Amino acid sequence: MLVWSKTGRFAVWAVAVPLFLVIYGLPVAVIALASISGQWNDILPSHLTLAHYANAFRSDSFTNLKSSIWTGIIASAAALVSGTWAALALRELKPLPKRLLDLFFFIPSAVPSVSVGLGMLVAFSHRPLLLNGTWLIVLIAHFVLISAFTYGNVTAGLSRLPNDCEQIAESLGARPFYKLRRVTLPLLMPYLVAAFSLSFAMSMGELGATVMVYPPGWVTLPVNIFALSDRGAIFDAATLTMILGAATLIVLLALSRLSTKAMLR
Amino acid sequence: MAELAVTAPAPKMTLGRFWIAPPLLLLALLFLYPLGLIIRQSLGDGEVLSSAAFAEVLGSHEFRDGLRHTIVIAIGATAGCLLLGFVFSLVIAFVPFPGAKLASRLIDTFVALPTFLVTLAFTFIYGSAGLLNESLMRLMHTDLPPLDFLYSQWGVILAEATVYTPFVMRPLLASFSLIDQAQIEVASSLGARPWRIVRQIILPAALPALVAGGSLCLLLTVNEFGVVLFIGAKGVITLPLLIYGKAIQEFDYTTACVIAVVNIVLSLGLYSLYRVAIAHLGAGRAGVV
Repeated sequence: MLVWSKTGRFAVWAVAVPLFLVIYGLPVAVIALASISGQWNDILPSHLTLAHYANAFRSDSFTNLKSSIWTGIIASAAALVSGTWAALALRELKPLPKRLLDLFFFIPSAVPSVSVGLGMLVAFSHRPLLLNGTWLIVLIAHFVLISAFTYGNVTAGLSRLPNDCEQIAESLGARPFYKLRRVTLPLLMPYLVAAFSLSFAMSMGELGATVMVYPPGWVTLPVNIFALSDRGAIFDAATLTMILGAATLIVLLALSRLSTKAMLR
Repeated sequence: MAELAVTAPAPKMTLGRFWIAPPLLLLALLFLYPLGLIIRQSLGDGEVLSSAAFAEVLGSHEFRDGLRHTIVIAIGATAGCLLLGFVFSLVIAFVPFPGAKLASRLIDTFVALPTFLVTLAFTFIYGSAGLLNESLMRLMHTDLPPLDFLYSQWGVILAEATVYTPFVMRPLLASFSLIDQAQIEVASSLGARPWRIVRQIILPAALPALVAGGSLCLLLTVNEFGVVLFIGAKGVITLPLLIYGKAIQEFDYTTACVIAVVNIVLSLGLYSLYRVAIAHLGAGRAGVV
């Protein structure tokens, strides 16, 4: 405790709590309110309606949500496989190449997403790798953007694993693949779930690269939210933002349950 | 080599050093190859490499304005994140209010939400017909909105500071949890006032986390796209927005590639700063990377 007097504590709270609520509570509350607003010409909306939600699930937006979720799941799964593979394989290398390659796997996180999107357009707009206009290019852009974060999470997890479990398995004669499947990966499970969750959340909210490369048939939810708010359909944009946030949080919550279970085992 | 191969013990328990090849090749094809092509295209369309496009773009007002906005916004937003993050973390860790744990959880979830959520909310709160302006217009009996900062650089800075403060708070809260509470109790029982304790005990201990969190924020704000696009202010164009405009709206790939090269160099510079910060100051992997 830093402030001992009761009045002092209340004074600190009187400043910090309202500030906190204005900065983090108010934006979410306002989006939620806007998503059920019929008309908002006054300080508060004049009447409330669920029409925007009904619209969202009837129109193209539902397809966009599906595109977003599929993109998130596939790109995160691919990043998880490649990131885990890289993290495991790097353990076998000598310190210098290991450090260099470690840096290499981290670098995509430092490159602006718009530039990643531009790179996709420049590289994959002609044969033999003609991917422009397909949904695959969106997946690849997402994969590149999240791969560093997945790799980072798995590497951090690996460095925290108890060393002896794997050594015991080895001394008992477990072959490498058996050891990987029955010892290393199960121990790593909570970190794998955490890595997947982070990638999925990032992919769901990704806009910069997607807006550069998306084909008409694979519009993700953030792209549609931008299009709506650009057109002035700001209530519909708010509704879709709520749906996007809720879908992301539901998946994250489910994954964190899975992670706790894995931890208990 | 042959002798070595015979005498070296067979790597029976390891994955072997060639196992790194598949993920490495994948990343090289999907990331390095496009990056190389961006650099190639920035040096001209034809067979001969030329720096003409560079000279033209770097000399243009549009680019210089974009660069200036990007840097000012990134520095402003990072300063905001550091200040806000330090104050919030201090209160949550050392003057915890009922529900402080919940508050820090809420901030954590903010990391998972898309950045443009905040911008969209700001239109409803601070926009010309938003909550705040409507209320002020009622109070002051005027017809014009008194606050008009949202569609300026300030609006972008405020939105980005809100979005990225959690990235400072995560490492800060972690470093605060390592401070021995007894140290603070002893200091205050010896008569040190809270401000002095913050300055002499908490701030030095939190410095590595502040540097790591701050440089991460700087990197993220330099690359931020969604917030600036959603605010849509004509006068506030940053480098990522300029790249988008050139490539998608004007189909001018060469110019877009030149700006992208500059933006990537800037980002990689900041990323090295971040890596050096976490390596030398031992702040750990500051929450995200």
